[in-house]
Amino acid sequence: MAKILRVLREQPGIRLAGLMAPGAFWLSVFFLVPLLIMAWISFLSRDPLGFPTPPLTLQNYWEIIRDIRFAPSISLADGLAIRLFEGLYLELFWRSIWLSLLSTVITLLIAFPVALFMARLPPRYRNLALFLVMIPFWTNFLVRTYALQFMLRSNGPINTLLRALGLEPIELLFTPTAVMLGLVYGNLPFMILPLYTSLEKFDWTMIEAAHDLGADTLRAFQRVMLPLISPGLLAGSILTFVPAIGAYITVELMGGGRTNMIGYAIAQQFSASVNWPFGSAMSLLMMIIVTFAAVLYFRSGRGEYRNAI
Amino acid sequence: MPEAGALSEFAVELRDVSKVFGDIVAVDHVSMGIRHNEFFALLGPSGCGKTTSLRIIAGFERPTSGEVYIDNKPMGNTPPFQRNVNTVFQSYALFPHMTVEQNISFGLEMKGVSKAEIARRVGEVLELVRLPHMAKRYPRQMSGGQQQRVALARALVNRPKVLLLDEPLGALDAKLRKEMQIELKTLQREVGITFIFVTHDQEEALSMSDRIAVFSKGKVLQIGTPLEIYERPTSRFVADFIGETNFLTGRVTQVDGEFAQITTNGGATFRGRAMPGVRAGIEATLSVRPEKVQLVEQPDDSVNCYEVVVRSIAYVGSDTRVVVMLGENRIDVWEQNTISTLDPNYFFKPGERAWLTFKPENALVLAE
Repeated sequence: MAKILRVLREQPGIRLAGLMAPGAFWLSVFFLVPLLIMAWISFLSRDPLGFPTPPLTLQNYWEIIRDIRFAPSISLADGLAIRLFEGLYLELFWRSIWLSLLSTVITLLIAFPVALFMARLPPRYRNLALFLVMIPFWTNFLVRTYALQFMLRSNGPINTLLRALGLEPIELLFTPTAVMLGLVYGNLPFMILPLYTSLEKFDWTMIEAAHDLGADTLRAFQRVMLPLISPGLLAGSILTFVPAIGAYITVELMGGGRTNMIGYAIAQQFSASVNWPFGSAMSLLMMIIVTFAAVLYFRSGRGEYRNAI
Repeated sequence: MPEAGALSEFAVELRDVSKVFGDIVAVDHVSMGIRHNEFFALLGPSGCGKTTSLRIIAGFERPTSGEVYIDNKPMGNTPPFQRNVNTVFQSYALFPHMTVEQNISFGLEMKGVSKAEIARRVGEVLELVRLPHMAKRYPRQMSGGQQQRVALARALVNRPKVLLLDEPLGALDAKLRKEMQIELKTLQREVGITFIFVTHDQEEALSMSDRIAVFSKGKVLQIGTPLEIYERPTSRFVADFIGETNFLTGRVTQVDGEFAQITTNGGATFRGRAMPGVRAGIEATLSVRPEKVQLVEQPDDSVNCYEVVVRSIAYVGSDTRVVVMLGENRIDVWEQNTISTLDPNYFFKPGERAWLTFKPENALVLAE
């Protein structure tokens, strides 16, 4: 025993490996191996029941990209503005990314003032505010989404109130707006918390210094505050964007399947449509795209603000 | 009121400025004028309103009442970024994500100065603060003293009308502090900019300033040169805060011209300079600095000569610090060691009798 301890003390490499072993084991068994299995399945064919079977094929990936064609257009439907290409699955990928980005921006715009307010509270109220932000986690997300669904129903509280005020009721549930609402609602705490952490550490003398040197409020924000809180901003954006793009419950319950997103489409390949190889191919492609986007995003942030804090 | 823009004696003027936070009066009807190219210290204990006054001049705080004039123009609601003043913050407040160069360029960029001009002026000011090779460093890679100089450079490069310094040497160790005091003073003469300097260190204020405003509880008690503040404090607080002094309280029995006579509670009668507000019959305080009191072995016939008992004695090299008792009153006496001797009998011993004496012109009778 003493000998093992001595080796651990004297060999930082071995000590590090020892510390990482449980986590590495866990991730290998429950994340890496399934991921490799999924990658393998994505190259297999589909048997009559929809389950994976040899031979190896690229058919699944071809399926995703084969109907893509060059067709520039401008439309306002679904919040999609300018398109260069058309294609069923391309559309799906693109809409998922676009809706997730939009939900990230909306979440950020709502979360920032909240986090700012919390960070400016007297210290003894800050923990209470943090507690309040985290309270929703006590309830299962599925249950909360059902509650949200109930709120938006045509005879739910919102429309009842509108009718009582003599206004026209609005059709909210099963619209893209409802999906957006669900995404923003669900991801808000994940944006607030990292932002709060950055803002709470922020030294407000920096803003005074910027003002003192002739920067107005906007430029003090851009040049001094934004770079210094960018770690929280980046973390919050990733924590919001990634769950949004893979959203399933929200798309199902708030969109009713009418606003399709990639996470929902993939889930269907594994259930209703029973096409595991195709679902795996979509998952893997999505993962590659998201990872690529995230790396680009971090790079752009890091290049400029590498030396923040 | 003088016309805006007209030539004035003052670079900065506060007229009856007050600042109230909730039910705390941080600055209480302060009026003062800071002259062009003056090294002006705001001196006082913490919480006396000196930093708030500086922040009001910088524009970080709006006065509750009264008005600040910079270069004779009323500041009103002018935001800090439109005032021709720059601040050196106590914490330096250097931007951690910018290099020294970027920190210093920031103010010039905000003013839209051309790139070439910025490069030239940044180079110049880095020479001035003796950090020419540090341009590419980040603040966290520098020592406290170096960061302090970057903060100075970042403010000076804008060539402000007035430089505001909020306890700029507070975070430095004693040795570096002394060096920077000299450096700052030299720098101020070189650049010819008005410096307003907040400090709680009376020695720092005395050695660096042209004039000092002594603050207490939001009020300015006295404004004057270091000599005036030390030798002619007009209040008990100022006499006490600046340097060491002995106080004896009593009643004024007589005022004749420049001098007043005070009978202390112990029954002794002293003469000293009558300071403003001293009238016969009022309660007053006699203030006499320890270095201005002499101890002698035999009484002389001077007015302020009383028999005392030596309580303790401390030899500190340059002088000998003796504590004597005049009845119930403790009096500190600092005798300069002008004679080189190894004879222990040369000094007084605890328990010995002696006579203290000081000239009336070396003591002050203070009304408060």
